[in-house]
Amino acid sequence: MTLRQPPLADAHEASGATLTEFGGWEMSVEFDSIRAEHETVRESVGRFDVSHMGQLTVSGPDARRLTNRLVTNDVSDLDPGESNYAAITDDRGAILDDTVVYRPPEGWSVDADYLVVPNAGHDTEMTDRWVDHRDAWELDAAVENRTESFAMVALQGRDARDLLAAETDADLGDLGRFETTVGAVAGVETLISRTGYTGEPGYELIYPWEEAEAVWSALSCQPCGLGARDTLRLEMGFLLSGQDFDVDENPRNPYEAGIGFAVDLDTEFVGRDALEGAAVEGVDETLRGIELVDRGVPRTGYAVESPDGDQLGEITSGTMSPTLGRGIGLAYLPAEVGLDESVRVSVRGEPKKARTTATPFLDR
Amino acid sequence: MSFDVPSDLRYLDSHEWARVDDGTARIGISDFAQDELGDVVFVDLSGEGDEVAAGDDFGVVESIKAVSDIYAPLSGTVVAVNDDLVDRPELVNEAPYGDGWLIEIELDDESELDDLLSADEYGDQIA
Repeated sequence: MTLRQPPLADAHEASGATLTEFGGWEMSVEFDSIRAEHETVRESVGRFDVSHMGQLTVSGPDARRLTNRLVTNDVSDLDPGESNYAAITDDRGAILDDTVVYRPPEGWSVDADYLVVPNAGHDTEMTDRWVDHRDAWELDAAVENRTESFAMVALQGRDARDLLAAETDADLGDLGRFETTVGAVAGVETLISRTGYTGEPGYELIYPWEEAEAVWSALSCQPCGLGARDTLRLEMGFLLSGQDFDVDENPRNPYEAGIGFAVDLDTEFVGRDALEGAAVEGVDETLRGIELVDRGVPRTGYAVESPDGDQLGEITSGTMSPTLGRGIGLAYLPAEVGLDESVRVSVRGEPKKARTTATPFLDR
Repeated sequence: MSFDVPSDLRYLDSHEWARVDDGTARIGISDFAQDELGDVVFVDLSGEGDEVAAGDDFGVVESIKAVSDIYAPLSGTVVAVNDDLVDRPELVNEAPYGDGWLIEIELDDESELDDLLSADEYGDQIA
């Protein structure tokens, strides 16, 4: 299979980045060192190429109805310049993907009543999903997969605002979380969104694919790869599609996955009735943070056990937290296993002491 | 990128090095190997008194992104383990041939050295 190349592939290659396959794309995993990149984002600012994220535009008289019926959150009351986080579920309520749905701000030249940003490798599947449901429900909306029309760059860290402000004519002053505006960055029309996946303040920038290098190079700061993106998101307990939920390998509903806040049962959407049942009856398992007490690094697939050695679940994501200096991970555990309980993680057959903990792992 | 390959060491094609002195070998991983792994965050090694056999794994070095088995270039008995790595595993990155060494073994058979790669041979392998 030929990997999809982000529009910054040449720039990354010239910088000596280590590359990896992710979601069908050839992406940078590391520019300098994961630890250095991670610490720079926690302490100042870093930039990430996230052009592998999908972009679907939905326009027309029924764009709102269509989109609202396919995501768990209520996006019908978004004003231009607002966005929110949502899951996309099947009729059993299992998460197919998680996404941010934008109502683009006034002044953006792209024709889009809604912009849906699914995860890497899900863009085709989600476009088909929107199209198929539009047709089945006989709605009037244009759905386009624009993933390869847009570059997407995340600028993350406490110094992101000053850095971006120096390169744009957009007013960043009163842009709240999940709000968007449009402005020129390095002379390129850019959708500027106060979102990110690191736990730090920052922005995600969506702009034309062919201008990828102009904006990237103007935002001069530490380039960061998917390695640091993973450690940063995991310290916040944020989910990774395909790993912390996977409709084929590990189907989970939003309540199990700890994103019940993104479900609005007052709207009608695919999976709603199943989720209402789950909300009423509760769930058998929930995603818990796991922090190792002993030295060691939890990795995907490692068993999480009771202190007596009974298997409780498996690590879905794990790493050594660069900030905490401890092994951290996520695991679906029986709901009766509460917070701050002793468990153990089997690291290459060696039981290591660990505790369940609330996420985020960091105070942010 | 070019990597440091000290000429006085012998190498295994799986990127371990051995420095032999008076029947004892100090063992670590190469500059190339530490760079491939990235930030080392945890090192888990055989203990003193353990027997290791040439070609067998005697522990793991973990970076943020990967877990890598470490193989013994030579056979013998572990007589020292680098305890500094417990608190400072990053020494493997900072000084792979120095303070980032892993274990020392008392050799069973010094002639096994002949099976290892010279610096030139190893340098060619990673070029």
